[in-house]
Amino acid sequence: MPDTASTEALRASTPFPHRHLLGIAQLSPPDILNLLDRAEAMIPVSRQERKSLPTLSGKTQINLFFEASTRTQGSFEIAGKRLGALVVNMSVRTSSVSKGETLIDTAATLNAMQPDVIIVRHSAAGAVELLSQKVGCSVINAGDGAHEHPTQALLDALTIRRHKGRLAGLTVAICGDIAHSRVARSNLLLLGALNVRTRVVAPRTLLPRGIDQLATEVHTDMEAGLRDADVVMMLRLQHERASGRMIPSVREYYRFYGLDEEKLGFARPDAIVMHPGPMNRGVEIDPAIADGSRSVITEQVEMGVAVRMAVLDALLSGGAR
Amino acid sequence: MSPRPLVFSNARILDPASGRDSRGALLIENGRIADMVEGGMSGAPADAEIIDVGGLAVAPGLIDLRVFTGEPGHEYRETLASAGQAAAAGGVTSFLAMPDTTPVIDEGAMVDYLQRRAKATARVNVLAAGAITRGLAGKELTEFGLLQEAGAVCLSDGRQSIQSTGLLRSAFSYAANFDMPVFHHVRDNSLAGEGVMNEGPLATMLGLKGIPGEAESIPLSRDLALADLTGVRYHAAQISTARSVEIMAEARRRGSRATCGASINSLTLNENDIGSYRSFFRLNPPLRSEDDRRALVAGLADGTVDVIHSDHDPQDSEVKRQPFGEASDGAIGLETLLAAALRLVHSGDVPLLRMLGAMTSRPAEILGLEAGRLARGAPADLVVIDLDYPWVVKEASFRSRSRNTSFEGARLAGKVMRTVVAGETVFAHEEGR
Repeated sequence: MPDTASTEALRASTPFPHRHLLGIAQLSPPDILNLLDRAEAMIPVSRQERKSLPTLSGKTQINLFFEASTRTQGSFEIAGKRLGALVVNMSVRTSSVSKGETLIDTAATLNAMQPDVIIVRHSAAGAVELLSQKVGCSVINAGDGAHEHPTQALLDALTIRRHKGRLAGLTVAICGDIAHSRVARSNLLLLGALNVRTRVVAPRTLLPRGIDQLATEVHTDMEAGLRDADVVMMLRLQHERASGRMIPSVREYYRFYGLDEEKLGFARPDAIVMHPGPMNRGVEIDPAIADGSRSVITEQVEMGVAVRMAVLDALLSGGAR
Repeated sequence: MSPRPLVFSNARILDPASGRDSRGALLIENGRIADMVEGGMSGAPADAEIIDVGGLAVAPGLIDLRVFTGEPGHEYRETLASAGQAAAAGGVTSFLAMPDTTPVIDEGAMVDYLQRRAKATARVNVLAAGAITRGLAGKELTEFGLLQEAGAVCLSDGRQSIQSTGLLRSAFSYAANFDMPVFHHVRDNSLAGEGVMNEGPLATMLGLKGIPGEAESIPLSRDLALADLTGVRYHAAQISTARSVEIMAEARRRGSRATCGASINSLTLNENDIGSYRSFFRLNPPLRSEDDRRALVAGLADGTVDVIHSDHDPQDSEVKRQPFGEASDGAIGLETLLAAALRLVHSGDVPLLRMLGAMTSRPAEILGLEAGRLARGAPADLVVIDLDYPWVVKEASFRSRSRNTSFEGARLAGKVMRTVVAGETVFAHEEGR
């Protein structure tokens, strides 16, 4: 890859044939590869001294986060600003949504401000799609309930591809709170579409019914689940949801499902460790592993900016509009 | 009361109670069926109005055992008057109003109020269900005897399901004391949890919390055991799974008198209709799998499922046009009940008389009503149906005040052409509406 960003390389990309990015489920394998290639080309922009590629100058981006998220919201904000867009963060907690305004009313209000793209995170599955039906601009799903988080899956795939040189044929183990995880669903869809062998590993109480239709293998034991895996992806345990009913205690969870040296030993020696963050150190992952040499967790954050720049650029300056 | 006698001639008379399906004529006098004959009516009074229905079907008016209105308390969703108009347009001549109003129909005075309002404003018969527990809270029993004296025809906690087995036993015993039927919505709240749709691969794919079928079948088994113990006239208000059909069939085999109903939604739709989060398909019980639906239809055909109801539940767009997980349950159904049920007849799954019986004679038997049949002396509550009339459901043409239909855009065959309550026409089809 070139060290400096090249507008020409981006211009040569295949047009992206969608108006919104609502989920991985709506993307074909070529669409996914298209976005990954575009993201690859965006990486140098953030590594050069003047981190700017103003392809979205004059465009307005609204970040509408109904759930707090420092990481994802910041990532989208930086991505938009590096591309020259005017980025507005709508703080929903203090807005009219808490006064009983419906999501659809909010959509109509924002739409009247003529944005070019709205980035939405919402606690209800399907809420982003519902909003997308009511506005005239592009919409990007930044996470809807336990449904999808497509840019997370894209940045995970980009990170894996950069480390392993390929995706097809790899074995990826996704471990932990599958039941409540939109990250797991988007990753299973994306990796499955690109012929990656996927495994979910969790106690039965955190495995939703029918997950076998999304994952290649379903395991309840970390040894079997991690054996010869190329990638170990840990999920954040949603304490408040799981505690007491789905798992009896954090210490028991850590004993059987927390990633420590011993369990990581079952994976391939060159296996990388991933986590979408924010991490619960000592709950799902040993701090020494989280910060160790096999961890690519901070790199995932860097790839997040590249992926979000690529998605914004694909939706807003492509020929599809 | 229609002072002038009325004759429906040239009719295909369909009477599920007697199994009759033959050409004939009906004479209506003083709000009742005065005569019913094969072929033409010879001895009709000279001043009778003769209506030649041109070979269309004439059946008893439908009796819908599960209808929610918004009166009192939520009149913007539905009044007794608007529900009555919707019912008339759907061929429903009597409906059982659920007690889930504000305030709740949990004492005699409220039953009396409901009946007076219905009589003054609705053109069909409105039957009152009294709450089983005060405020539908599932804690203390209401005054069953006083509710019955005031006119409640049965007891029900509407959308709510009583969770305490001990309280249910008391309720069933005390209801048996007054020989009052109990209609119970079966749902284990702790198993259903925060679920919003059928549990399974589709829910997992959509990231929505699921409600397992066991949240219905486990309390159903418990209720049937308590019904045996207490001798109550028990009606499982609505079942939705294949397992529940098996449990009902097994209860029948050992001689149980218990009955059950299924909503038209559960009989004609399945979880796949939710598609991408269409909240108008968010129902309680949730739409289940196609296997469950087929088992329910088979149960209807063989008589295990006694009753089809609309589960008419008007909700305004404020609570319905929301993300699926945050929307309210419920769909309206009075105006589409018959036509949607005819789908099962046209598909060859359920015989016509059996299907009609599940909306006429069976509900009448369960409540002990004299309506629900075509016979000399019976109330002249009837409906003229064009069994094959093709139409497309358009929410804009509904009489209901709410628009939350799960059949928008559906192509249906079969329509109510005229609805008669106590000899008076309360609805007549107009071409183009």
